[in-house]
Amino acid sequence: MYTASDLRKGLKIMMDGNPYIITVFDFSKPGKGQALYKCKMRNLINGNSTERTFRSNDKFEPAPLEERPMQYLYSQGDEYHFMDNNSYEQLTMTREQLDDNANFLIDNMEVSVLFFNVTPIDITLPIFVNLTVTQADPWVKGDTSGSDTKPVTVETGYVVQVPPFIEEGDRIQIDTRTGDYITRVKE
Amino acid sequence: MISATRLRQRSAIIGAVRRFFEDRAFLEVQTPVRLPVLAPEAWIAPETAGDHFLQTSPELCMKRLLAAGHSSLFQICPCFRKGERGRLHLPEFLMLEWYRRDHDYLSLMDDCEELLWEVADSCNLAEPRDGERQPLSLEPPWERITVAEAFARFGGIGPEEALAAGKFEEVLVERVEPNLGRERPCFLYDYPVELASLARLKPGNPAVAERFELYLGGIELANGFSELTDAAEQRRRFELERKAIVRAGREAGPMPESFLRELAALPAAAGIALGLDRLVMLLTGGASLEEVVTFTPEELL
Repeated sequence: MYTASDLRKGLKIMMDGNPYIITVFDFSKPGKGQALYKCKMRNLINGNSTERTFRSNDKFEPAPLEERPMQYLYSQGDEYHFMDNNSYEQLTMTREQLDDNANFLIDNMEVSVLFFNVTPIDITLPIFVNLTVTQADPWVKGDTSGSDTKPVTVETGYVVQVPPFIEEGDRIQIDTRTGDYITRVKE
Repeated sequence: MISATRLRQRSAIIGAVRRFFEDRAFLEVQTPVRLPVLAPEAWIAPETAGDHFLQTSPELCMKRLLAAGHSSLFQICPCFRKGERGRLHLPEFLMLEWYRRDHDYLSLMDDCEELLWEVADSCNLAEPRDGERQPLSLEPPWERITVAEAFARFGGIGPEEALAAGKFEEVLVERVEPNLGRERPCFLYDYPVELASLARLKPGNPAVAERFELYLGGIELANGFSELTDAAEQRRRFELERKAIVRAGREAGPMPESFLRELAALPAAAGIALGLDRLVMLLTGGASLEEVVTFTPEELL
């Protein structure tokens, strides 16, 4: 059981039957009166944000959350398949659940899956992923006209802004947290 | 960690504070930090030190010195409050307290106006700012508003009603405080007696105590009052606090007997506690206490 003094940004608690993560935390203690713990929290299942103010006597259940390493196998339509390398258990998540993460999944990628009890609710990818450019407008060396970035498509179908010298077939490194191009890689 | 500029500014401000009181013939004192008994307070949890406590305020010792005959005293010392950590709170912080015999809380309000004005002036600081970096003017006179007026104007509920509903702190923090001391500092005064266990009742209005808080930009900087000098009434209020401590699930410590005994010798007096870390933050345009202390608790591990 957590008490109010355990509250901090990043703590995961149960509230109204749902798991929440505290995103903003503010401690207030007006002139020798009772402390107020003001929290902004995000529902880890549906992503909605809410605000609550707690008092010193409030108590909270820790959220029964667990992260397990799994491997991405393949996708079929809207369904993305993952496997636990230890138990060989497989599970699927939908494109909607994966949200932007689906843009960076490549076969056999190691990811971390967040479970709420036994239900997968979110994944965390490695921070950097290398992807092949499958479509890019050709670059003419010496062409100094135009903008300093251009859009290209990578093997997952994701479109990203890159410097003009990137060509089809190049491998580029992308930051999965922001979706931004980082650098060209030689592999 | 604190920047070199801020560390120099902090040092200059504390030096200026000291000179302010020395120029007015206040005596600087040091009283023991580790105590066997504290004033019972419902919502302040003390840090323990073996079978003793670390002070949450030097108040009781300061009042005993006043009772012994000293007339104008000040102290700059660390105070400790368990579990208080946030943008404006540190479990160990620097406190300034000053006390005057034969004065009441109105004199302390005048002292505050002069203190901040002179300290800011002598330290050559750029415009002070509130926690949201909005500029503040320190020019006296400052605004003064009663708790009843402030709750009526900003809270939409009376202070007694809010207390009875257990919502006083919420209304104060969420609706009233953000409106206090915005362009210039503001005194919020005359608190319900339930919230001022060490303060004298207002002559002619027994529901209200002569207590005030100083606000700058919505941030509480100081807490002062006309001291309660009736030992029987003080004992009764301490008992109420001890009951509240037990209801909150903590152990009520012993009654401060030597303080209650010596209180009888105290004539009219007034005392105030001001957070020096917060003062440095506000005068140097900071937004959190982390910017103005040498090390935060997290940096000590």
